[in-house]
Amino acid sequence: MNIGLVGQYVINGMMLGMMYALVAVGFSLFFGVLDVIQFSHGDVVTGGAFAGLAVYLGLRGVLHSPALLLVLVLIGAVIAMALLGIAIARGLVLPLRSAPALNTLLLTLMAGTVLRESIRLFFPNGSQPQRFPPLLGDRAIALGSLTLRIDNALLLATGATLIGGMHLFITRTRLGLAIRAVAQDEETACTSGIPFRKVVLLTFAIGSVLAAFAGVMNGLYYNEINFGMGLLLGVIGFSAAVLGGLGNIYGGILGGFLFAGLQTIGAVALPLASAYKDVFAFGVVILLMAWRPTGLIGERTSERV
Amino acid sequence: MQFNSRLRNRLAALALVAIATAAAAALLWVESERAILLLLLAIATAAFAAGRIGILTQLTQQALHYRRTIGTGAFLGILLICFLFREDHFSLFLIGRVMLITLACLGLHLEFGAAGVVNFASAAFFGVGGYSAAVLSAHTRIPHLLLLLSGGCASALIGSLLLLPLLRTRGHYAALITIAFGLLFRTFVEVNDSLGGPQGLKLGGFKILGLQFNEELAAAAPFHASFYVNYVLLASVLVAGAFVLVQRLESSWLGLALDATRLDEVAAASFGFEVARWKILAFTLGNFLIGVAGALSAFMVGFLAPNNFTFPESLTLVSIVLLGGIGNAWGLALAAFLVVLLPEKLQILQEYRYLLYAGLVLLILRFRPAGLIPRPMRRYFGHPA
Repeated sequence: MNIGLVGQYVINGMMLGMMYALVAVGFSLFFGVLDVIQFSHGDVVTGGAFAGLAVYLGLRGVLHSPALLLVLVLIGAVIAMALLGIAIARGLVLPLRSAPALNTLLLTLMAGTVLRESIRLFFPNGSQPQRFPPLLGDRAIALGSLTLRIDNALLLATGATLIGGMHLFITRTRLGLAIRAVAQDEETACTSGIPFRKVVLLTFAIGSVLAAFAGVMNGLYYNEINFGMGLLLGVIGFSAAVLGGLGNIYGGILGGFLFAGLQTIGAVALPLASAYKDVFAFGVVILLMAWRPTGLIGERTSERV
Repeated sequence: MQFNSRLRNRLAALALVAIATAAAAALLWVESERAILLLLLAIATAAFAAGRIGILTQLTQQALHYRRTIGTGAFLGILLICFLFREDHFSLFLIGRVMLITLACLGLHLEFGAAGVVNFASAAFFGVGGYSAAVLSAHTRIPHLLLLLSGGCASALIGSLLLLPLLRTRGHYAALITIAFGLLFRTFVEVNDSLGGPQGLKLGGFKILGLQFNEELAAAAPFHASFYVNYVLLASVLVAGAFVLVQRLESSWLGLALDATRLDEVAAASFGFEVARWKILAFTLGNFLIGVAGALSAFMVGFLAPNNFTFPESLTLVSIVLLGGIGNAWGLALAAFLVVLLPEKLQILQEYRYLLYAGLVLLILRFRPAGLIPRPMRRYFGHPA
């Protein structure tokens, strides 16, 4: 196997890892502040991609600069998903805080289905895969036998910036401090004057914004999106979050990359056809949960966000 | 006096069954969409009015204690409907489908409603039963009645692969495992060429002792009947068996143990219940029932495709269990009837059905968390007055 091919696999794996990590961080954030799993998070990713596509379709006749379009696509996706995240938290998750965990689980699963089906039914021709515009161009530079596409490099850099920014936000700002406080001890946080509801809503908005980015990244990378793509991303993102220890955002990042690595290695090394790559991914999810039910670090001992 | 009131209650139970049969027959009989909507509206108004006056609760509360009467009545009602619609393939097919979905949901109800073991891969287990029946009937000469059993066993066996991760996890984590399994199964049958790939598999008709189910059995009878009658009858027998099994199980000490497991694992364990054992029992038995339903369904439809075993299908089965009120077997049959029938009768709904179910369940969980017909309290002693 030559270096170029290996490089291609590495880049592919890193892209996957970045997307998984962005989704997993969302799961971890939600779990941190409210101790719930928001199962519709994967579909929020889809929602982000489709919101971006809708902005593009609406504006492509008016604007011709790809850069400006890209910025507007991102802004549209981010705002739409932030609002959606807040709506889910306000309407579904917060009112059911005292209900059995099973109800929250079902509620978010059903909310995800509503979202997915709405996209399928109400987006024009939504049941078919949609072409996502290559807004980053398709230039490439040749590094020896490896062709590095500029758009991939840009996507990777953006993802890394987002994750780095997330880290700074959580550790260096007052809001981040509030989120950490609520995650650690809700009641003490409230007595210290932290507005619990606001922090929770904000956390849901942030997590959903990350999901929106993941969705747009997915679209830009594969140049195709479909209404069901969030299911896979959600399941893998959640597994990645669990793998790294739920409630710990660094664990989520680690888990995301680990999972992408496993998947890439599986696709390369397994003698089976690549058609089985999703079967392999889901099998790995089940095995990992059997092996380490509460993650590599362990939920109880782990430091929460 | 005592005797009289019992007789009266028994009559009330029978009346309830008769009303339900009439409503079901009417829904099956009506064809135009507007008529269906009107009929549904009438039924809903009647149910609502009866509920407001208090007749409904009184009737159901008292009638539910005459399970045998209701059960026999329901069986007779199905026979009557079969007779009325004897030449109507489509209606009979729908009834058969309602029966099989009810059977699968009874299995799901054991897992979900009784023991509290989540299973979001019920459609996959349904598929396991179906595919195993298809493969075995194509390559072996095993009697078909045994294939139903083997379908159930295959489903229970594959389910047991999930037992280890399921027992080690709880709540959300367990849910994730079953979701992952459901997606895995669907992708697997889609890419596996020996199982037909995306095009799916075809099956021959069901046979018992040389009787061909896809031909009219009652050829000697003075009337003609669609071959689906055969499947409906077999399915009703299976459903009746499963119903008795589930209700016996629930009213026995086993049901008590399952209840304890569901309500609070830690408390149950500290009172000496072996939580793992009850979860295994519920999950295995539940998957067995789902698998049997899947196997018979494969024979009845004559065709299997990966698209019938998707995640939304699993969620639909879960919705049925929830809509009927978790832990209420009768409500479940009612919900199965509505969920299967309405999209077929109202073509507008066909496309929107997943959205509709998910939205309905969302509203119910948010505003009426105990389900449409809540679980009745367990009665420990004696008969009601």
